[in-house]
Amino acid sequence: MSDLNTAMTAKYRNNFLKEVEANVEEGEWVKMCMQCGVCSGSCPLGKHWEHPPQEIFMMIRAGKRDDVLKSDSMWMCTSCYNCIVRCPRELPITHIMHGLANYAKRMGLAPKSQPTNQFSQLFWDNMMKKGRVNELKLGLSLYFKDGFGDGVKNAMANQQLGMNMMKAKRMAPMEIIGGHSLKDVSGFQKMIKKAHEIEDQNIQDFS
Amino acid sequence: MTEVIATNQTILVVGGGISGMTAALEAAETGKQVVLVEKRPYVGGRVTQLYKYFPKLCFPTCGLEINQRRAKMNPNLTILTLAEVTDLKGSAGDYTASVKISPRYVNDNCTACGDCEKAVEAEFDDDYNYGMGQRKGAYLPHSMAHPLRYVIDPQMLGSEDAQKAKDACKYDAVDLDMQEETIEFKAGAVIWATGWRPYDAAKIQPYGYDRYADVITNVEFERMADPKGPTGGKLVRPSDGKEAKNVAFIQCAGSRDRNHLYHCSRICCMATLKQTHYVQEAWGDEGKSSVYYIDIRAIDRFEDFYRKVQENANVSFIKSKVASITQSKDSGKPVLNGVDTEGYNRYANEHDLVVLAVGMEPSVDPESFPVEIQLNREGFIEPATDNGGVFAAGCASDALDVNRSAQHATGAALRAVQVVNRVAGTEG
Repeated sequence: MSDLNTAMTAKYRNNFLKEVEANVEEGEWVKMCMQCGVCSGSCPLGKHWEHPPQEIFMMIRAGKRDDVLKSDSMWMCTSCYNCIVRCPRELPITHIMHGLANYAKRMGLAPKSQPTNQFSQLFWDNMMKKGRVNELKLGLSLYFKDGFGDGVKNAMANQQLGMNMMKAKRMAPMEIIGGHSLKDVSGFQKMIKKAHEIEDQNIQDFS
Repeated sequence: MTEVIATNQTILVVGGGISGMTAALEAAETGKQVVLVEKRPYVGGRVTQLYKYFPKLCFPTCGLEINQRRAKMNPNLTILTLAEVTDLKGSAGDYTASVKISPRYVNDNCTACGDCEKAVEAEFDDDYNYGMGQRKGAYLPHSMAHPLRYVIDPQMLGSEDAQKAKDACKYDAVDLDMQEETIEFKAGAVIWATGWRPYDAAKIQPYGYDRYADVITNVEFERMADPKGPTGGKLVRPSDGKEAKNVAFIQCAGSRDRNHLYHCSRICCMATLKQTHYVQEAWGDEGKSSVYYIDIRAIDRFEDFYRKVQENANVSFIKSKVASITQSKDSGKPVLNGVDTEGYNRYANEHDLVVLAVGMEPSVDPESFPVEIQLNREGFIEPATDNGGVFAAGCASDALDVNRSAQHATGAALRAVQVVNRVAGTEG
């Protein structure tokens, strides 16, 4: 390609597409989408999405930054991989959806009340405390996320399940006090913090 | 024993479809000696299985007749049917080909009177009609087969029926003792015109070609539309034989898909646009065609054909690669599921019959190819100098329609003629 052509191509490639390519995991694949629609048609949860994947890709190309990053669509992905298997251009669609969700979260634009988003935050907070996931506490925090009343109701509804899990040694009740932990928790937390800083530095600004 | 007189100035053409025939005739008509080797019992290849051509909607029989007449009149052309090249040794200007000839069990005495066919009872799947319907064990592959001679199916050999066929023949043409033979002869240049095969639709798992009887391929639909085909030209549902009035066409079934064929097969858009005419012809305003597509590739002068089909109110276009086909629990009909990318609307459309516009897979097997050959990523033969005196013609080189195949084959003939002319120059 000639230099002029490269320059023109760059000109027509809008900022948001560039931003996605630079900052979103697997984002460089977005431009490869040929809008056939097979991903949207193959998604088992597709009818619950506001924007199916191929529409998201088109919106990225159209520069609709807010509409994409504030959307709850990519949070609906259950990683069934139907879209990846069928995509005629082998786009890693599932991974792009997770990449977009992650980036939206980082930018503070992810929809706060979206349940997957909420659960992901609970999971993260839980893991950061001890460097290990405390399943008992994670379960409880999920039950009680909408307030004390709902929490008790949820716990009562699943009482039998909890008892059975304890019997089968699938749930350790003693985890409620402290719980198991990494040897060097503060070292772990420092490491994650550093990783976060490095990632933040790598984010390119296209505004 | 079949005898072939050939020298280093002979051109060997492998494959007798429209490309092979064209190349062979063009070369033979310049005065060169040509041997044409064809795997099937007749020449003409897949073109003989088409009902109509696009864009003129005329019948391929007319062009075939011209070519077959040219073949009959040309003393420079030798045609070997039921024959396959098993080996090729040497280099440009000096090849030795080994050709395996399978027995036809019918000799030159045959007048195609059809008495053997009447006498025989055994029936086998009709490969000419892609296995839709049956044919007798003694058969003429199709009504204008060239050479116009019957074939005895080897599956029938040793049975009473085979003897019945022999006894019925008034001309002593049935020879059940015919044996397979392998012959060797020289050639200066080789034109490789082995064509294409329809992509195996069963590999496109979500479309259920292997699960639903009413999901067929475009080549099968072509046979169905032909009055001489398995349904006598009636468009019907294979599951129950009922009328197929609401027909869906799925484009890019296998093509432009990295899970299947990398390339655009180029003919399928026009083939589908042509086939919507069959639906219209058969049922008038009651016949509805729905074309599911990514984008319609009706190149250069075909754009006009596309526009005319678009104007037909009985043909609708849905811009969507269909995600999956399921079966309706109530009607048993195929249901197409997907999202219309114009408006992002989800659909679940029921149709009587689904036609998969399957792509062209090159019939070039890199494993068993007799000489070193350069193939591209798609499996077609590259026009590389490394290929020596072997030149691809037609669909062995790329996904082409009949028109472009014939043009390409003429070019290949010229290349081959240049090689044998060079040989003639040194040999004097």
